[in-house]
Amino acid sequence: MPCSTFRRPGRLAVAALSVSKILENMEIGHNVMHGQYDWMGDPKLNSRIYDWDNVCPGEQWKYSHNYIHHTFTNILGKDRDIGYGILRMDEDQKWHPYYLGNPVYAFLLMIFFEWGVAMHDLEVENIVKGTRKMEENAQLHRGIMAKVKRQALKDYLLFPALTGPLFPLTFAGNAAANLVRNVWAFNIIFCGHFPAGVATFTEEECENESRGHWYYRQLLGSANITGGKLLHLMSGNLSHQIEHHLFPDIPARRYPELAVEVKQMCEKYGIEYNTGTLGKQLFSVAKKIVRLSLPNGKPKTSPDATASTADETAAA
Amino acid sequence: MTLTTKLLGSKTLAALTAPHGVDRYLEMFNPMWAATEVRARVVDIRRENPEATGSAPVATLTLQPTSTWRGHRAGQYVQVGVDIPGTARRFTRCFSISSAASLPGERITLTIRANDEGQVSKFLVSEAKVGQMLHLSQADGDFTLHESAATPTNNHLVMISGGSGITPVMAQIRTLLRDGYDGRANRKITFLHFARSEADQIFADELAQIAEADNHIDVHLRYGDQTFSEFELRRLVPDFRNTDTWACGPGGLIDLVRDAYGEENPRLRVEFFKPPTIAAGNAEGEVSFTRAGETAENTGATLLEQAEALGLKPEFGCRMGICFSCVKTKTDGTVRNVLTGEESSLPDEEVRICVSAPVGSCSVDL
Repeated sequence: MPCSTFRRPGRLAVAALSVSKILENMEIGHNVMHGQYDWMGDPKLNSRIYDWDNVCPGEQWKYSHNYIHHTFTNILGKDRDIGYGILRMDEDQKWHPYYLGNPVYAFLLMIFFEWGVAMHDLEVENIVKGTRKMEENAQLHRGIMAKVKRQALKDYLLFPALTGPLFPLTFAGNAAANLVRNVWAFNIIFCGHFPAGVATFTEEECENESRGHWYYRQLLGSANITGGKLLHLMSGNLSHQIEHHLFPDIPARRYPELAVEVKQMCEKYGIEYNTGTLGKQLFSVAKKIVRLSLPNGKPKTSPDATASTADETAAA
Repeated sequence: MTLTTKLLGSKTLAALTAPHGVDRYLEMFNPMWAATEVRARVVDIRRENPEATGSAPVATLTLQPTSTWRGHRAGQYVQVGVDIPGTARRFTRCFSISSAASLPGERITLTIRANDEGQVSKFLVSEAKVGQMLHLSQADGDFTLHESAATPTNNHLVMISGGSGITPVMAQIRTLLRDGYDGRANRKITFLHFARSEADQIFADELAQIAEADNHIDVHLRYGDQTFSEFELRRLVPDFRNTDTWACGPGGLIDLVRDAYGEENPRLRVEFFKPPTIAAGNAEGEVSFTRAGETAENTGATLLEQAEALGLKPEFGCRMGICFSCVKTKTDGTVRNVLTGEESSLPDEEVRICVSAPVGSCSVDL
């Protein structure tokens, strides 16, 4: 019997597995590991016990994401999520001919996103620069390899083997589902921090920061995506990235309710509430990735600006 | 080990179900299937003190654990996790096992008093139904007998209990009787129990039978205002200080027993229930970091700051309550979340020490 007989149900299976991996990664994994469900007292939803179904060890991700990224959101030089150490995502990052490849690197990061997230902690760029020693990575490296082995064994050996003669098909199906999840997660996450109008900050600006300024920085440093319930669910409610950054420990499904008040507050005080459709935000991010591959057109107009809204400057 | 348990515990299956584990999938098919976790189904509920007036209702729940249950020794306790309807929250509390020592997979019973403040005990006694699933830990605790049919000694034993402190002691007596302890053993047990009233006495029929039977177990029941006195114990057991003794009950009873036996008497083993500590004020009392063995006066600062002031170096991240790097278990006392003002007195609660300040005395596993 030729393989083609299996193709139609195969496609359905890949779609189902992709959806399940996306939900596990975004609505369950990301949010549980933020401690959002610790209050339930259920060990399987506890942030210290849960590990997600991708190659990045949860333990390491909690440090780089929950602590570093969520505390130092959008502070250049501190928040390593800005460009993931690979891309130029802000015009205050100094241009270098290497960044001519920005769109290519972004495309590759999207395809291999879970691997990018797993390698994130190793700070490879700092090792290249010589500011970080190889030895510092030994332990992290071991953790990553152990997780990578488990994930690869399951997705690319054991499950394909269980399906016997369909080994190659199952292998390809699992790879496809991981790819779909990578592409989706990358896009949702990049729409959360890199569309036009999102602000970045310097370390000096945030020295001895007040709690109030911290909230202000979280507001200006994130962006939302508008859409229906399905979009919110499939993005783990990170379509409400602003609310997530203000209150990272509140169960994510509550963000749509919070958003109403947050938005009112922003309107009242004239603070930009960066939101738009998925299409608009995606286009804006893509434009930024391409534009920042080239040197800045001209120096920033106001040197003392607290926030760089680079797009306007460049568009001018 | 059966083929199923071998299969469920296999590395291959663990690899297939990574990273969530075999149990996450098994429970979807049948809650009684488990590879490593322990769960139990309530198979019988019996009210122990239907006539009680003065004290809260007591019920004995018979539990059928999953095959992962490793059994218990008499006198041990188990942590019971209950998903209380309407809260989406799982509460975990410790209860002594009241049945005789069990083997792996065997049924056990818990005899529980419905405390007024105790959400878990109230639920288990009044609302749990036959068929209800509970989460269990393996049995734990050192309040156990070294005496058994297999390892008999000629020692005279003393058991002292008060209120629902009778449950682990009852497990011990039941174990000895089940395993062949009788009048010919020529070993005496003096069992002294204090209850609020005759109507509140649980296990009354069984205790009457034990008292009557030819087994060298003397049962002495005391009701109402009668409290433990050294004088009375000396009358029953003249050499009680040199007699192996197990005592379980409320803190007040245990204090009296301890006084009678003298400080650090190795013959006395105790287990007692602590009344829940309720907030006593803002910055009073003492803060203990139990793992480090450090205690200091509560300054009112956050637990993280107080630990650091003592020279401890607990793990932390954001120091503002968002990253969960600093979560530790508060074993006792009340803490206030400095961001929300919310106070909480639950025992064995996980708290973010960077945003939790002790209210009164407080212990943290740190």
